[in-house]
Amino acid sequence: MAEALLSVQGLCKHYGGLAVTNDVSLDVKPGEIHALIGPNGAGKTTLIHQITGTVAPDAGSVVFADKDITRFSLPRRVHAGLARSFQITSIIAGFSVLENVALAAQAKSGSSFRFFRAAHGEAALNEAAREALAEVGLADRAAIIAGALSHGEKRALEIAIALATQPRLLLLDEPLAGAGPEETERLITLLRRLKSRYAILLVEHDMQAVFALADRISVLAEGRIIATGSTTEIRASAEVRAAYLGEEEMPC
Amino acid sequence: MPRLRLDVALTLLVLAVLALAPFIGLGANHYLTMFARMMILAAAAVSLSFLVGGAGLASLGHAAAMGVGAYAVAILDAHRLTDITIVLPVALAAAALFSLLTGAIAIRTEGVNFIMITLAFGQMAFFTASSLAAYGGDDGYTLYDRTEIFGSRLMENRIFFHYLCLGFLIFCWGLCAMLLASRFGRVLRAARENPLRTQAVGFAPYPFRLLAYVTAGTLAGLAGVLFANATEFVAPAYMGWQRSGELIFMVILGGLGRLSGAILGAVVFVLLETWLPSLTAHWKMIFGPLLILAVLFMRGGLIGFLGARRG
Repeated sequence: MAEALLSVQGLCKHYGGLAVTNDVSLDVKPGEIHALIGPNGAGKTTLIHQITGTVAPDAGSVVFADKDITRFSLPRRVHAGLARSFQITSIIAGFSVLENVALAAQAKSGSSFRFFRAAHGEAALNEAAREALAEVGLADRAAIIAGALSHGEKRALEIAIALATQPRLLLLDEPLAGAGPEETERLITLLRRLKSRYAILLVEHDMQAVFALADRISVLAEGRIIATGSTTEIRASAEVRAAYLGEEEMPC
Repeated sequence: MPRLRLDVALTLLVLAVLALAPFIGLGANHYLTMFARMMILAAAAVSLSFLVGGAGLASLGHAAAMGVGAYAVAILDAHRLTDITIVLPVALAAAALFSLLTGAIAIRTEGVNFIMITLAFGQMAFFTASSLAAYGGDDGYTLYDRTEIFGSRLMENRIFFHYLCLGFLIFCWGLCAMLLASRFGRVLRAARENPLRTQAVGFAPYPFRLLAYVTAGTLAGLAGVLFANATEFVAPAYMGWQRSGELIFMVILGGLGRLSGAILGAVVFVLLETWLPSLTAHWKMIFGPLLILAVLFMRGGLIGFLGARRG
């Protein structure tokens, strides 16, 4: 079995008396899509924040590519190769689509304390940005202002931004949220294509997409991982059905 | 050929008028005095616009950095040190250091807190200057001499000083525009619009913002050196929040999104404050409401107004 790229061990986070993250362990191996699902209020967002570095855990560790990154800031984690997308679309609306991605490429290409040359004229950055945009199917939208993109296009742009940071692992926080059926179809195809090159930790509410894409699934309920396994194992798990009971239909 | 933007064209026109002023009947001393004030304040406003509009750091203590530059001139003057080879490095270093120390703390905060903390630092500088009894205290300090340039008294030549101020204004505009377009500026602009996104592609905004703050403060300090020379006088009011507020106002009046807006804003501001007193002694009763109306009804400042007219 391949060594895990991302390994979360015994993560705990309390808000007052509430254990939002309760001894959570999970790992993501190179080339796999590991999906994290769970009912609303299960603590997915808080867990993601601890993995990406915006919330510090009370206990436990986050190891990425054999480096303990538990105390790393968000920017340092990105430099280590951990890229994320946001649950609520987060792009720089006033920048062009190209500049959004070129900014990410810039982070990976030498110092940004350069003052003399106009950044929009840097061919290497623009080239890297165009490549990432082509990957997600936004090549012909490069010149327009990012705020003018459709919702689905913005989601794709976020993925292009993540790709331009040359990550080893993509942490996608509900990449399909709010996308229409056609856009969802396109994004699923894209994610399937990316999977061969990047490890992906996927947080998603769209169960159809999760079961279509994931190699493994972890189920979070009330701050704890109640099950981890292949799609068939998760489908069969009684505990998982119980956790979802009364909230939403278990798929399949 | 890319189309020249209206705001840039207008600013270039203003600069051309200033450049030709001595030759088109505007060379009288009272004009040149007004132009010097206009250009120096415009340069300070451009550096503030770089900070507010570019980096998203709304400082309400920008005049303090300007005052530090002016006081460097005054304090050295009191010790009979007036040559530019001493005055300039000392003023630069003082303004940069002041900005570095206050910025290092202020930039840890955001939004209203940032405004309040820069205001507080500005007032600290103001009261410090007021307590400098040896250098005039509350009353201010009148310079013995303008700064000498390698021993020559060129600064006292009004035409030379006029072009020095014009050159400095163009320098500030060009430098800030270059910085905003660079990699450094791209990170600043990104962090202004969406700090979380900027961090999520791998940039910690703090060092970028701090450098922007020090750069703007240093430019303001240089403007202060010129201002002290223009008035041959330095007073605590140069650092006070009223002056900081005026600078902010110039930036907003012209249009926050563009550096050229700060120049246009400063020009209109100084023209109004020069012209209105000739109408009535109670000119501030007109000036104040006029400023409020301008902000209320010209969203996007003069530039936004002009753009809307054209469109």
